[in-house]
Amino acid sequence: MGLLSDPNRRRALIGMLTRLNAPICMICYMAGVAWFMGLAFEPFTLRTYMSENAMGSTMVEERFPAGERALATGREFAAHKKKTGGMPVDWLVRTMQARGLEVYTQRFSRKLPFPDEDKERYMVKGTNVYGILRAPRAPRTEALVLSAPCSPGNENNQAVGILLGLAQYFRSQIYWAKDIIFLVNEHDLIGMQAWLEGYHHTNTTGMDWSPLQGRGGSIQAALSLELSSDVVTSLDLVLEGLNGQLPNLDLANLFYAFCQKIGVLCTTQGKLPRNDWDTTSGYSHAVQTMMLMVLKQASSRPWGDHGLFLRYHIEAASIKGVNSFRPYKTDATTVGRLLEGMYRKLNNLLERLHQSYFFYLMPSLTRFVSIGYYMPAFGLLALILLLRALDLWVQLSSPPTRTTEDGVEVVPASPGVLSILTPLVISHLTGVALYTLPVLSQELAVEHFPVSETEAVVLTAIAIYTAGLALPHNTHRLLAGEGTEQGWKVLKLVAVLYLAVLLGCTALINFSLGFILALTLVPLAAFITPHVPKTLSAVVMVILSPGLTLLFAVFFFQELQETPVTLQEGWMLYLSVISQGILDHALYGSLLYPLAALLVYPCWLLFWNILFWK
Amino acid sequence: MAAPLALLLIVAVTIRAALFRTSLANLISERVEVVSPLNAWKRVVEGLALLDLDISPYSGDVFHETPMVIYLFHFLMDYAEITFMLADCLTAVALYLAVKDYNKQVFRKQKFALEADRIPMDCLELIRSPTEMYYIPLKVAMFYLLNPFTIVSCVAKCTCGLNNAVIALFILSTMRGSALLSAIFLALATYQSIYPLTLCVPALLYLLQRLYIPVNVRRSSFWFYTLQYLFMFLGSLLVLICLSFFLLGSWDFLPAVYGFILSVPDLTPNIGLFWYFFAEMFDHFRLFFLCVFQINVFFYTLPLSIKLKEHPVFLIFMQIALIAIFKSYPTVGDLSLYMAFLPVWNHLYRFLRNIFLVSCVLLACSALFPVLWHLWIYAGSANSNFYYAITLLFSVAQVPVCLSPSLLSSRESSSKTALFTHSLLF
Repeated sequence: MGLLSDPNRRRALIGMLTRLNAPICMICYMAGVAWFMGLAFEPFTLRTYMSENAMGSTMVEERFPAGERALATGREFAAHKKKTGGMPVDWLVRTMQARGLEVYTQRFSRKLPFPDEDKERYMVKGTNVYGILRAPRAPRTEALVLSAPCSPGNENNQAVGILLGLAQYFRSQIYWAKDIIFLVNEHDLIGMQAWLEGYHHTNTTGMDWSPLQGRGGSIQAALSLELSSDVVTSLDLVLEGLNGQLPNLDLANLFYAFCQKIGVLCTTQGKLPRNDWDTTSGYSHAVQTMMLMVLKQASSRPWGDHGLFLRYHIEAASIKGVNSFRPYKTDATTVGRLLEGMYRKLNNLLERLHQSYFFYLMPSLTRFVSIGYYMPAFGLLALILLLRALDLWVQLSSPPTRTTEDGVEVVPASPGVLSILTPLVISHLTGVALYTLPVLSQELAVEHFPVSETEAVVLTAIAIYTAGLALPHNTHRLLAGEGTEQGWKVLKLVAVLYLAVLLGCTALINFSLGFILALTLVPLAAFITPHVPKTLSAVVMVILSPGLTLLFAVFFFQELQETPVTLQEGWMLYLSVISQGILDHALYGSLLYPLAALLVYPCWLLFWNILFWK
Repeated sequence: MAAPLALLLIVAVTIRAALFRTSLANLISERVEVVSPLNAWKRVVEGLALLDLDISPYSGDVFHETPMVIYLFHFLMDYAEITFMLADCLTAVALYLAVKDYNKQVFRKQKFALEADRIPMDCLELIRSPTEMYYIPLKVAMFYLLNPFTIVSCVAKCTCGLNNAVIALFILSTMRGSALLSAIFLALATYQSIYPLTLCVPALLYLLQRLYIPVNVRRSSFWFYTLQYLFMFLGSLLVLICLSFFLLGSWDFLPAVYGFILSVPDLTPNIGLFWYFFAEMFDHFRLFFLCVFQINVFFYTLPLSIKLKEHPVFLIFMQIALIAIFKSYPTVGDLSLYMAFLPVWNHLYRFLRNIFLVSCVLLACSALFPVLWHLWIYAGSANSNFYYAITLLFSVAQVPVCLSPSLLSSRESSSKTALFTHSLLF
C-alpha cells in the first residue's frame, strides 16, 4: 500500500500507466497468449500422481475371467434390442434378476422444445433399467454407479454385455463396501438426466419421470462405459461434463494407473501420451490435445453420459473403447479386469474424492496443468481491461478544458445518465430477445418460410443476432445530440468493467470458455473508440464477435480432430452446433446459451455502440 | 423537492413489488450474503409457527429475533411484503430529512466562514454551491432505495431492513435535536442488535454541540446532560426488555438473541469475518478470540470520538460502517445503510485515493460471491478458502470507503487545506 498511499509515487505510477497504456496492453496480451501456449510445454506441466491415500497404497487383484461370456450376453442383448425395436426392458430385468441384483425400472418422457435433427428425436419416451448390488460388508450408505447406454442401431452392445458380466462377477465377491448400481439408460443423456433427477428427488428441467422404487446410498463415483466392438485397440477417457465441470483428477489418475498395470493403451481426446516433448511434433501434439480439451470444455456440454453426474457432486468419467487399425488388440476380459480394478479401488474410498485437483487442463493423460498455472494466462488478459478502465478513469476525472475564442474555459458537461442507460437497456433487451424468441417463434417461422422447426430456431437466432448490429443507429435517433466525448468514455468504462467482471466469473466456473471469450473480446474492448476508422473496425469487430468465434471454433475443432470439413459442411455443422446449444440448455441446463445471449452478446453490443458513437 | 422524492419512492416500490412477484425472490432469500441466521425470514416464519403452537419460539436453535419483531409480524404476517417496502421507504425519507437538516447547518457554517474571510484561497473549490447541496438529500435517498444491496435485502424479507429504519429514525431525531426520541430509537436499535450501542457517543456529542455545551469533564452542565441522555437511553432499553419479558413470559430471549450475537455459535458462511476463523479455531482459544473479534466493533468508538469530536455526524457514519464490517452476522443490508451516506461527503471524494480501485473490487466481489458459492457448495470443485478470500477482500475494500475521509486531514494535502477541510466540511 505504500506505493499507493504516497501521492507523488502514486501520481508517477498512474502517469506511467496512462502514458504507456497501449504498449503495456499489447505486452500483456502477447504474454497471456504465450503463457497459455506454454502450458502445453512439458517442463512447465506437472506429472499426474495419485493423491488419494485410500486408492494409492492398497493392492487389488483383478480376476475377471468372463469376457467371452460377456460378449455373448452383449450379442443376446443386441438381438432382443432389435426385436423390440428399443430397450429390451423385460429381457434386461430378467437377466439382471438372474444375476442376483435388485432390479428396478424407471419410465420417463420428454418433449423437446424443437426437434433434434442430429439424433432425430422430438417426443422422447423411454425406460431406464438398473440393478443394485447390495454391499455385503457395510451399511448401505454409499454407492458406485456403472452405466452403459442403450443406443439405437448396433452401438454399445458390448458395453451392456460387459456391464452384465461384471454384475454377475461382482455378485460373487464379498468385499463390496458400497452398493454398486448397474444402470442401462435409454436415450443417452435424457435418460441419464431422468434417472439422476429421480435418484436425487429434484426436478430442474421439467421432465416427466416415474419415481425410483429402489435406491442405494449416496453415490460416490460413477463410470460410463461405451464400447461397440469385441476387441479394442485403446480406451479413451472423457472428462468434460456439463458447464465445463471436470471430475476430480484422481479419477483420471486411477484410470491411467490401471491402464499401465494391465497394459492397455489409453488416450485422452483420442491422443496417446508421447514422450518426445522436446521435438516440434511432440509439442504440437501436446498443444492439440490441450486445445481439444479447451474447446470441449468451453462448449459447456456433457461429452459423455457421465457429464450430468458432476452436477450432483459425483465424480464421474466416460470410458470409450476405440477400435482402430493398430495391430495390438485388447479383448473384453482385459477391459472387464480394468473396470474391476477401478471399482475395487473406488470401493476402498473412505470419503469422496477430493484430495486432488478439480481445476486442470490435460496436455496428455500423464501431464496436467493446475489452476495456479493456467489462471495467470487469463489474468494477463483481464489485466488489459483493468488498465484500459484505469486509463479511462484518469481521463474522465481530469477532463480536458477546451478554450473557446473568447478565452473562456469550458468544461465539458458530464453526460446524462440517460445517454449511458439507453444503450445498456437496449442491448440487454436485444439479448433477451435472442434468448427467448427463437424457441417461441418457431411455429410462426415454419408457417411463413419453407424451413423445418430446427432450422427455424437456428435461423431466427442468427437473424436476431444480426439485427442487433443495426441498433446503434436507432439508439442515436433516440438520443439526438447527446453523444458527447465524455459520454462514450463513460459508456466504455462501464462496458470494460462489465466485461472484466463477466469474463472473470466465467473463467472461474469454466476457464476454457472464459479464456476463449477473453482472447477475442479483450483486444476489441481495448482498441474500440469512435475515432478509429469505422469500416475496418466494424469488420474486425464482427470477426471477433461471439457468434463468429463459435464458427471459427467449429472449424478449428474439426481441424484438431483431424477431420477437416469444407466450408459448406462447416456451415451446416455450425447450424447444428447452435441448435444443440439451445437444446442442451433446455434439456440439461447448460449455461452457455443464456450466458452468451443475455450477457456476452449485450456486452459486445455496447462496444459496437461505442464504435458508432456520434 | 417533494415531487422527485415521491417519484423515487414510487420507482423503488415498483421495483420491489415486481421482484416479489418473480421466482427470483425465493432464490435471493436463500443467499447467505443477503440473509443471516439472525434475520432470515424463514426463521421468523418458523418462530411464528412455534408461537402459534404455544411453544417458546426460542426453543430449538432456529429463531433469533427479538420478541418485538415476532409480535410485530404476528399481526402483520399477511402484510409482510408491504411492511418491508414501507420500512425501506421510511428509512429513505428519514435519511432524506436528516441530511437536509444537516446540510442547512453545514451551509450556515460555510456562510459564516466565508463572511469572516477565514477560508484560504486554495480551499475555495471545496465550498459547495447551494445547487449542489440541494440535491444531496435526494441523492442519499436514491443511494439507499436504488442500491441493489437494499433491494435484494428487501426482496429477501431480511429483517435488517427494519433495523435500518430504526437507525435512520434515530439519526433523524438526533438531527432534529430531540433527545428523548433519539434515546428511544437508539434503545430500540440496541435492543434489536446490540451493536448500535456505540452510536450513543456521537449522538450525545451532537446534541451537546447543538446546545453549545462544551465537552469538558469539569463542567457540571456537561455531566448533567450526559447523565440525562444516558438515563433516557438506558431507561427505554430497560422498558423494552421488560416489555419483551411480559410479552413472552420468560427470559429465554436473552441468551437466544444477545447470547447468539455475542458468542457466534452459528458458523454459516456470510460476508463477515467470523465464520471461517471460528470454524478453524481450537475450542480452548475460542473465548479469547471471540472477545478480540467482538471488541473490534466497540473499540474504535473511543479514539474516533476523540478525533472526530467536532464532527459527530461523520462519527455516526463511521460507526455504522464499522458495525457493518465487524458485526458477527453482517448482511448486505447493513452495508446499504452506510453506503447511503456517501453522497453527503461527495465533495471530499476527489481526495480519496484508490476510490476507483476500491469500487472495482467491491463490484467484482459482489459478482464473485455467488460464483464462488456455486463452485464450493454445488459444483464441489472449489472450497471454503475461495469464498473466504472474497469475503476478506470485500471487507478490506470497505475500509477505505469509510476511513479515507477521516485520514485526509493528516497527510497529503497542505496543512492549511487539511485544517480547513476538517473544520468546515464534515
